Formats: sequence, structure tokens, C-alpha cells
Amino acid sequence: MSAGTMTLECPRAWVFGDDINTDVIAPSAYMMAPVKTLAPHCLETVDPAFASSVGPGDAFVAGENLGIGSSREQAPQALMLLGIQVILAKSFARIFYRNALNLGLPALVCPAADAIRAGDALAVDPLAGRVENRTTGETLACEPLPPHLMAMVADGGLLAHLEKRLRARA
Amino acid sequence: MAMTLAEKIIARAAGEARVRPGDIVTCRVDLAMMHDSGGPRRIKPMLERIGAEVWDLSKVVIITDHFVHERDGDSVAIQKTTREWVAAQGLDNFHDSEGICHIVLPERGYLRPGMFVVGGDSHSTTGGAYGCLMIGIGSTEMAGVLATGEIWVRVPPTVLARAEGRLGAGVAAKDIMLMLCRRIGISGANYKAVEYAGPAVEAMPMSERMVLTNMAAELGAKAGIIAPDAVTADALAEAGVAPPGTDGWRGDAGAAYERTVAFDADQLAPQVAAPHSPENSAPVDAHAGTPVDQAYIGACTGAKLEDLRMAALILRGRKTAVPLFVAPASVRTAETAKGDGTLAALEEAGARILPSGCGACIGLGPAALGAEKVGISTTSRNFMGRMGAATSATYLASPYTVAATAIAGHIADPREFLADATP
Ligand code: SF4
Repeated sequence: MSAGTMTLECPRAWVFGDDINTDVIAPSAYMMAPVKTLAPHCLETVDPAFASSVGPGDAFVAGENLGIGSSREQAPQALMLLGIQVILAKSFARIFYRNALNLGLPALVCPAADAIRAGDALAVDPLAGRVENRTTGETLACEPLPPHLMAMVADGGLLAHLEKRLRARA
Repeated sequence: MAMTLAEKIIARAAGEARVRPGDIVTCRVDLAMMHDSGGPRRIKPMLERIGAEVWDLSKVVIITDHFVHERDGDSVAIQKTTREWVAAQGLDNFHDSEGICHIVLPERGYLRPGMFVVGGDSHSTTGGAYGCLMIGIGSTEMAGVLATGEIWVRVPPTVLARAEGRLGAGVAAKDIMLMLCRRIGISGANYKAVEYAGPAVEAMPMSERMVLTNMAAELGAKAGIIAPDAVTADALAEAGVAPPGTDGWRGDAGAAYERTVAFDADQLAPQVAAPHSPENSAPVDAHAGTPVDQAYIGACTGAKLEDLRMAALILRGRKTAVPLFVAPASVRTAETAKGDGTLAALEEAGARILPSGCGACIGLGPAALGAEKVGISTTSRNFMGRMGAATSATYLASPYTVAATAIAGHIADPREFLADATP
């Protein structure tokens, strides 16, 4: 993906409510295990069908304050492993937001996220800050990602971005 | 332009004369702290992948606390990875199973006023009790810090939480935080710095102040901070920091706060947060009589020396009606509490003392809650399933209230036990 244009086609949206915390996204009981062991338990106390039904390229949509609680990076990692390619929320908890972007998972503040229904197909443009709902035909605005973050996400996250920088320096 | 304390520290770390809320700046990191969960086991492969070395080993501290209670294959492997990486790096600042990272860090004199510190844990806000700005970050971001010594931050606006008056007997910093979680909400200070001030804060010992900054995380805050004073200077001296360097680290007169939340500490009753959010708090009366299966005094939030002393004040000469587990926040805390008779008082009342570490706060060790069990705890979070089985439930309260509840077998107002406490 290049930083210039980017439209993420998401076959389905998975819609959750407010205050979804990282203890339910990445349950403590599996914290010692690798992310692939933890991922099937992602959100099991909120929606037991989520982990087994979510598919590649799907969008994760939530209300206010997504990702509150523990700083565990396994939370966005588990979502990525399950196929999520973009997160839209009315607001994010700070560490979760940074973690997602640092892992190369676009996370967008979308005040109108309420308008998205479970199962809707979406086309998301993080640079333009635009969400097209392919199911309803609606277009929603979200906050565009600042260019320096977009560059990092487009590189595949902070590490890949740093690697590029370190290589350029060497 | 007048700046708040948080803004001053960020400006200094960014090499700017001044910063404003919303500015995005790159800061030089004075200290980076990691624990066994988010530390070497996750950082090592990342640094190797990008071919980076640690920018300054003298500025990195590693403290194992999350998986030290368990003796199974996974935790043994995690500890081994941690120790091997520390040895291979030649890292001196390593504290293995000596207590919870947020407590061990200041105890060993790493924190000083004015520092810009990052920690690989969401409760890294705790360090702000020492007048530094300490923020929590994830592992990938920590790898970035280790490789470069830098991090970008968006300058947070500061919320001033002002506690007038004085806390009553049997009421603690924990009660202030549970009340604030309700009043401003668990997202109420998202991306913001919370500065605590006022006579009730000034009157607090460091370990109580650390509850305020620790649970700034429960308000969603990027940092919690308290301007250093004579109490801070004494604590720094005790931790071997000389000179304490408390001078000048306070907000400028006329600095702009985004919002001031003032409250009267005199009026505050003990608080209890019902499952499954710290925000579900109410004065203890609302829950008095609710039966519990077990009580826990532990975690960075609730098992420091002062916390254990509060519990002992209630428990001395009494017997618990339900199992009470106590995991002192650090080995040093346990030693001091042993020396002054606090631990003995707890044990005589029936408490079982556990090793220092995160333990049941993340659902590990003997005090983890079983299926359908209801616990009361001095920890900071009661999200669904956090302290054990997915079907367990946790009430949060101060050490006073948890101790009183352990005696009664149901949620109880500690002030009823203080009236005739034998000091
Ligand atoms: S005691 Fe609990 S809150 Fe504190 S660092 Fe450990 S897991 Fe986190």
C-alpha cells in the first residue's frame, strides 16, 4: 500500500459498544501464550461467535473509549490476526490507539460510527478520512490520520518504519 | 506563556522553550521501564528484526512482577528469556521478583522530579507522584524508544483535581479515585494529564499519592502528576536520591488548566466500585451487606506499606470471616511490614501472605477468583474476568474497606471498626 491512495475494502463490519477494554479483547488467562493461542478467545465474554466468524479484511467498529485498560499489545494484535484490517471507533483509549497504529493497523476516530450496522460492507480511506458504506450507500466522515502516522502505518507499523530509517542512516 | 507542570516537563524533554496542548513534539526519554510481560520476551525479537541496539543501557530498568507467582512452563520460559536478555545486554538495572514495577522503581531511587519517563505498562502513570511525567506505552513503541531514545507525544491538556480539606478516618486515596472514576468517568481524562493538588493531597504520604497517580490510568489519562514538596524530598532521600531536585518543578502561576475538578475530602465516605468497572462506584452504604467469598489486598494500587497498615488498623485483634489474601507490593514493603508488626497483625487475623508480584490482579496465583466467585479487592480494575474466571466478579475498595469486609464476610463500612480499634 502506498501513502498516496488507500482504500480498504472491508467485506463485513463487526460492531461493538462503548468501553470495550483490552482485558476482554485479550483475556488475561491467555497472556502468557502466543497471540495465536489467545486470538480464538478474543472478545469471547462479549460475543462468543466473533473470533470464529470474523474474516479477512473485516472492519472492527466500536463506540466510545475503545481499548481502555491494560497496555497489552496483544489486543490489537489479536484483532489483526483474526483478519481485521481497520478499526473505526467514536473514540479510543490512548495506549490502544497508539499500539494499533504502531502495529500498522489503521485506527480511525469516526464520530458517526453509530450509523454502521453489523455486517455492512465498508470502503475506508484513512487519508481522506472517509468511510463509504457499500451496503447503505451512506458516506461517513472520520478524522484523517495525520501524515506522519499515515507514513508509519503505510510502512507496516513502527518497526518497519524504523528499520527503513536505520537502513537509510547506515 | 505560563505552562502546567506536565507541559514544562515535556517542553524540557523536547528541547522547546514552550509547548501547548495539542502540539506534537519528539521527546528525549530520561528513563524507560519494562516488566516481564511486555519486556524482553516481546522487545528482543523486535530489536533483532530491525537490527537495533539499546540506545543507552543506563536509562533502562527491567523489573519482573507479572509472572513470578506461577511455576508452569510458560512463565518459567518468560522469566528465562528475560534474564538471558538482561545478561546478554549487560543491563545493570534489573530487579527480579523484588516487587511490582511501579513500586520498585521509585523505591530504588530511579525517579526524580522533572524527568520524562516511559513505562511498558498502563499504570506507569504512578511514577508521577514523584513529580516526573511518566507515561505508559505498548511493546512496539518501547522497542522504538529502546532503538532511538525518543518518542513522539501529543502534549496533553492538564485537568486539575483539587482536594480541599482533609480525608476523614477510615477514608483513603483509593476512595478519592473511585469517586473520581464515577464523577468524570473512565474515559473522562483520556489523552489528558491529571494534576492532583490541594490540602488533602499535600497531607498524604507518598504511598497514598501514588494511588492517585496510579489510578489516573482508570480515568484514561496519559499521566498523573503531583508537584514535588517536602514529603517528596523525604521520600527521595530515603530512596538514596541526592540531591532530591524538587526545586522549580511546579506549574507556573496562571497556567491554563483545561478543567478543574474540585471536591471536599472532608465529605467523602468510603467508596466501593461494583463489578465490572471502576466507574460503578458508590458510597459504601449502597453495597453494605453484599456477601463476598474472598478478599484481596494486593497490587501496585493497594498493597504498599501504608495500605497494609490501614488494613492492620482494622484487623488487629479480630478474625476474618472469609479468606483474606495479602500480597505486599514489594519485597521491601514486606520486610518493613514484618519489622513493625504489621504483617503479624494481618496473619493473626487470618490473612494468608503471598509473595510480592501482580498475582491475582491479573488472575494469577492462589488468590485468583474461581468460577462464580465474588471478591473484594484493593486493586485498580474490576473488568469482567480480570481477577480469575470469566464468571467471577470483583468489588473494588480501599484497604480499610476490604479489611472490614473480610471480617464481616459482607461489604462493610470500615469506620464502624475504627471506632473501637486498638491502635
Ligand atoms: S499489580 Fe496489577 S495494576 Fe499493578 S502492574 Fe501489576 S497487573 Fe498492573
